[in-house]
Amino acid sequence: MKKVIVGNHAVSLGVKLARVEVVSAYPITPQTQVVEMLSEMCASGELAARFIKVESEHSAMAACCGASAAGTRTFTASSSQGLALMHEMLHWAGNGRHPVVMANINRAMGPGWNVWTDQNDSLSQRDTGWIQLYCETNQEVLDTTIQAFKLAEAVDLPVMVILDAFYLSHTSEPVEIPDQDLVDEFLPRREARLKLDTSDPRSFGSLVRPEDYMEMRWDQQQAMTTALRMYEEIDADWKILTGRRWGAIEPYRMDDAELVLVTSGTVTSTAREVIDQRREDGEMIGLLKVKMFRPFPSAAIRRALRGVDRVAVLDRNVSPGHSGIFAEEIRAALYDVPPDDRPWLHGYVLGLGGRDVTPATIEEIIERAWAVDTPPREDLWVGLKT
Amino acid sequence: MSQVMIKELVPRRELVDPGHLACPGCGAPLAMRLVLKELGEKTIVVLPACCWSIIAGPYPQSSLHVPLYHTAFETAAAVASGIRAALDVRGDTDTTVMAWAGDGGTFDIGLQALSGAAERNEDFLYVCYDNEAYMNTGIQRSSATPWGAWTTTTPRSQPQGTKKKDILSIMAAHRIPYAATACVSYPADLLEKVRKAKSIRGTRFLHILSPCPPGWKFSDEQSIEMGRKAVQNRIFPLMEVEDGIRWRFTMETDGDRVEPYIKAQGRFRHLTDEDMVRIQDEVNARWEYLERMVASSP
Ligand SMILES: Cc1ncc(C[n+]2csc(CCOP(=O)(O)OP(=O)(O)O)c2C)c(N)n1
Ligand code: SF4
Ligand SMILES: [Mg+2]
Repeated sequence: MKKVIVGNHAVSLGVKLARVEVVSAYPITPQTQVVEMLSEMCASGELAARFIKVESEHSAMAACCGASAAGTRTFTASSSQGLALMHEMLHWAGNGRHPVVMANINRAMGPGWNVWTDQNDSLSQRDTGWIQLYCETNQEVLDTTIQAFKLAEAVDLPVMVILDAFYLSHTSEPVEIPDQDLVDEFLPRREARLKLDTSDPRSFGSLVRPEDYMEMRWDQQQAMTTALRMYEEIDADWKILTGRRWGAIEPYRMDDAELVLVTSGTVTSTAREVIDQRREDGEMIGLLKVKMFRPFPSAAIRRALRGVDRVAVLDRNVSPGHSGIFAEEIRAALYDVPPDDRPWLHGYVLGLGGRDVTPATIEEIIERAWAVDTPPREDLWVGLKT
Repeated sequence: MSQVMIKELVPRRELVDPGHLACPGCGAPLAMRLVLKELGEKTIVVLPACCWSIIAGPYPQSSLHVPLYHTAFETAAAVASGIRAALDVRGDTDTTVMAWAGDGGTFDIGLQALSGAAERNEDFLYVCYDNEAYMNTGIQRSSATPWGAWTTTTPRSQPQGTKKKDILSIMAAHRIPYAATACVSYPADLLEKVRKAKSIRGTRFLHILSPCPPGWKFSDEQSIEMGRKAVQNRIFPLMEVEDGIRWRFTMETDGDRVEPYIKAQGRFRHLTDEDMVRIQDEVNARWEYLERMVASSP
């Protein structure tokens, strides 16, 4: 069934189709519609879940950890300040190996107060042990939400599904809603490998001495590696059922490309338009969309970009004192490419705090990327007022 | 109470192993042992950072025979809410979820989560074992530290200058079905309260005074005596509150002088005679307040 829905409702419908059992969340703009719709669904019985209306995001994630440790499928949603408040418990879910799924609506961090999109909130949580999946369209949001539970429970790692504030969260797009039967086949009820169980009493998270701690982190690291492969399998299964797949990365019109733009989130759609136009005009230009940020698909990115002349990474985020964060990661991934095949990497910081990224912004980046004839030393900020 | 009666009262099952890691004379493992005897095997324990994080034993061991979830310092009530929800959703309504936190994890950093859970009347038992400071990190003051006490952050030249937070009244103000105080020195009273709490649905709160020899500066063998002095001299009255309105003393006291209690502990060694008068006035005032609450209870 096709419906025209906002991204936030795509999340809620995905959660419902996944038959989530415990929801615990706290409202924040621009995520509120997610929890409002889930509250309705829980109240009407449409979704047979317990919704814990906690007093903070910190408690939301704590409750999710508890519910997940007790063996249930668990969900929360947040954004920006709320996500930052969860930070300690994001580590708890990650290191505790709880397959919690969260939707994070990308919103800029304050001060100053800004409810519009950029990626600094989720990227600041890079090292908490969460899988991060960035979405471009509402269809992708819905599909990814369902896939996220499958992936999380397969590797016992939490997954963050990430969508841009307003450009997706509050924008209506046509979305194909899969049948419940189809989702049930894809995603059966969760059967936890280990859980809090009085017939098999175990301790979770006790004091760990140096002689054991590293092995636990190594197991987590291996689970991340498995998640890379596992996502492709899950995505392939999803394609069999729905005809759609998304990929950890998506190369777009990259045949013989000399310049490749690298994007994530909704900037990708804008870039597609510009690239389509320029390809028509015979320009050797392509696009690489990065959906999966953790685990980072370094090898796939290297394969995709090897031999390309110039790579322009578009970052709707910045690590103050360094560079755009995707640029930094991709630069590191490309270091393993032999120098003759290694592209020049140009980093562009843009669209912070919801500043519009228009086709003209992308055009400007492309012009600059073609014009530079030495490898750039630092990122360029695009669209700054002079 | 005679030996024989205690034997009959205390369930035989042992869910805490003797090989735990508490200091000699610690009240905290005794409190856990008594509470779990009453709650039984069908209990899941949530444990935030506190001395008990150590007492429970390091990976891969555990001194408890029930499932245990260690969690971040301020999250006991929130995690317990999540576990409860999960059990309910899967149809398990008879397992007891128990959050077990120190005074720091309850009075201070965990108060927000606890208040939220109590307001929602989450169905769990929350136990605060109160040793009146952050003992795990080396005896720093908390808002449960009594006025005048030395800790490592309230040196003798500037001891604790604030009154102990009245957590029982705070919890009663949430109108939860059951809130009570208890002390390891009075096992019969404690067990009775756990039994009662176990039979009730909703948020149940138990505040247990738990003497700590190294933190309070007294010798190991005096823990039980220290609890008795606190209770008998009205410093830590044993009582219960139902639905936030029905207040009741559960134990008579036979004294009302703070001095024997204060003088027995090194943490109060620096106090002057005037300080003693001040503490006495404080204890008298609180006792009168509690008497009024009891007298006006329906
Ligand atoms: C967020 C956070 N801040 C500080 C700590 C350090 N810490 C661990 S236990 C503790 C004190 C615990 O005091 P209390 O709750 O009274 O339990 P006790 O150790 O006295 O049994 C502190 C400060 C921590 N684990 N987490
Ligand atoms: S420091 Fe005090 S509370 Fe902590 S284990 Fe030792 S005696 Fe018990
Ligand atoms: Mg303490």
